[in-house]
Amino acid sequence: MSFPWSKQYTPSHPVMTWLDEKLPLPRLVYNAVGGGYEVPRNLNYFWNFGFLAGFCLVIQIVTGVILAMHYGGDTSVAFNSTEHIMRDVNWGWMLRYGHANGAAAFFAVIYLHIFRGFYYGSYKAPREMIWLLGVVIFLLMMATAFMGYVLPWGQMSYWAAQVITGLFSSIPLVGDPLREWLLGGFAPGNATLNRFFSLHFLLPFVILGVVILHIWSLHIPGSSNPTGVEVKSESDTVPFHPYYTAKDGWTVGLFMVIYSLFVFYMPNALGHPDNYIPANPMQTPAHIVPEWYFWPFYAILRSFTQNFLIFDAKLLGVLAMFAAILVWFFLPWLDKSPVRSATYRPLYRKFFWLLVVDVLILGYLGKAPAEQPYVLISQLATMYYFLHFLVIVPIVSSIERPDPLPFSITESVLGSDGAAKLTTTKS
Amino acid sequence: MAQEAAIDTPAAQSGEGVRRRDFINIAAVSAAGVGGVAVVYPLISQMAPSADVLAESSTEVDISAVQPGQAIKAVFRKQPVFIRSLTPAEVEAANKVDAASLRDPQTLAERTKEGHENLLITMGVCTHLGCVPQGAGAGEVKGEFGGYFCPCHGSHYDTAARIRKGPAPKNLQVPEYEINGTVVKIG
Repeated sequence: MSFPWSKQYTPSHPVMTWLDEKLPLPRLVYNAVGGGYEVPRNLNYFWNFGFLAGFCLVIQIVTGVILAMHYGGDTSVAFNSTEHIMRDVNWGWMLRYGHANGAAAFFAVIYLHIFRGFYYGSYKAPREMIWLLGVVIFLLMMATAFMGYVLPWGQMSYWAAQVITGLFSSIPLVGDPLREWLLGGFAPGNATLNRFFSLHFLLPFVILGVVILHIWSLHIPGSSNPTGVEVKSESDTVPFHPYYTAKDGWTVGLFMVIYSLFVFYMPNALGHPDNYIPANPMQTPAHIVPEWYFWPFYAILRSFTQNFLIFDAKLLGVLAMFAAILVWFFLPWLDKSPVRSATYRPLYRKFFWLLVVDVLILGYLGKAPAEQPYVLISQLATMYYFLHFLVIVPIVSSIERPDPLPFSITESVLGSDGAAKLTTTKS
Repeated sequence: MAQEAAIDTPAAQSGEGVRRRDFINIAAVSAAGVGGVAVVYPLISQMAPSADVLAESSTEVDISAVQPGQAIKAVFRKQPVFIRSLTPAEVEAANKVDAASLRDPQTLAERTKEGHENLLITMGVCTHLGCVPQGAGAGEVKGEFGGYFCPCHGSHYDTAARIRKGPAPKNLQVPEYEINGTVVKIG
C-alpha cells in the first residue's frame, strides 16, 4: 500500500526521467518491489515463500522453454527425445533434472506459502481477492504439473493421463464424450500428447499473468504480518528494498542449496523408476502413485468406495477431490473471526494443527496401496478434512474468545509504542 | 422534432423507452454473437477424435488357440481387450451369483453370445479410472473373485468380469463383436 510516508520514485538520470514521462515502468517496479513499497517490520520467515514461489516460476519457465527446444511432442519420438536431452544435449541432464525437481520445489514452496495463509489468516478482509487469486494459481499449477508429467511418455506418464482424464468420464451423461474430446481419441495417444505439450507451454504464462494480479491485489491493502494488526504509523513499516530484498535474497540462497542437493545428488529421489519404461497401453504398472504433491488429494479421491443414492462411488470421489480445493475459495467467509493471526486464537490454533496432521495423514495414505486399513483411515481423514472447513471453522470463529491483540506492530516488536501511550493518555 | 432529438442525443439513453437505435444495437451484437459461436465451434471440434483415430475402430482376432482357463489380450481402439475362455467351474461360479445383488446387475448370459457362454470378451479397461486390470496373463493376480483385479485402486472383478468389490462403478465393458468360426471381429 502507498502509505503517506512511502518514498516517491525520483529518477536519478536524465534517461530515466525521459523514460518515466513516456512509460513509467521503473516507477511501477519501484512501487511494487522497491523502496516505494512499505512493508510491516515484523514479518517472519514464513513471509519469504511468496518471493521464493515467484523465483520457482522463473526457474520453471527458463528451463522449460529451453527443454522445449530439444523435445518432440509426438508419441513416436517423445520418450526418445527425452533421453536425447538426458544423454546428448549439452547440459540437457541438468536442465531436465532442474525442471522436474523444480516442479517439486515449486509445490513445496507453495504449500508453505498456503500454510502461512492458513495460520495467519491472510485470507481475511480486506485481502480476500489475493487469496482467491492464489487458489486459482494453485489450480493452474496442478493442471500444468500434470500435463508436464505426461510429456516424457513413460509408463507413469501414460497411466497418469489415463487415470486423470478418466476422472472426467465419471460425470453423468456427458462424461465419456467429454473424455474422448479431451484426449482426442479413446485412450491417450498422439493427439493427447500434442495438446498437453501445447497447453503445458501456455499455462505457465497464464500463471505469470495471475501472479501479477495476485501481487497487484496485495499492494492495495499492503502485506499482512504475524500479529494480523494493520499498519498504524510510520514506525510499523520498513521499505521493501533494501530490507526485504536482502532477506528474500538470503532465503533464495538457502533454497538453492536444498534445490541443488536434489538436482545434483538425488535427481530421481522424487520420481518413479517406471517412468523410464516407454509408455505401454497394454500394461498398467503394478503400483500407480501420483507425484508426492498430489498425495493428499489422491487419498480423498480413493476414499469413496460405496455408491450413495444416485451418485456412484467414482463420481463422489472426483467431486470430493475437487471440493477439497474449491472449499478454500469460501474460507474468507467460513472463518468469521475478525482476528487474523492464529497466534491470538487459542481454540482455532488447536484445530489448525489438527488439520495439518490430517493433511499429512492423507498425504501418507495417498501413496499407500488401496487396501485396508488404509481405505478406512483415508475415509475418516477425508471426513475430518471437510468437517474442519464446513463445521469447525465457522463454529470456532463464533464461540472463540481470542487473546488480547497488541496495540500495534511497533508495540509487538519493541514492547511499547509511543503512539499507544499517546492514545491511552488521551482517553 | 422532439422524437428525432431523442434518437440522436446520448443523454436520452437513461431509460426513456425504446429507441430505434436499440434495434441496431441488438442486431449488431446478435450478429457478432452468432459469428463468434460459428468461429468457436471448429475451435472446440478440432479436439475431438480425428478421422484417422476413428478409422481404427474394428479389430479381428483369431481365437482358435485359446484353451479353457486361458485368456489373450488384443488391441481395439488402442486399448486392451480381454478374450477369455472360461472353464466349466468358472461358468458355474458366475451363474451361482444372484445377479440382482450386484452393483451392476448382469448375468453371464447377458455378457456373452448365445452358444458361446464360455467365451467372455471384455475391454481390459477398469471402469474406475481406466487402468488395465490383471488376471488375463498367465500367473497374474485374479483378485478375490477369480476374474480380474485392478491394482490401481483395488477393484475386484468376478469370472464374468463383473465388479464385485472396490471403487469401480460398472462391470468391465463388453464391446460390440461377432464370432465367425474361430475369428472374433470386435467393433
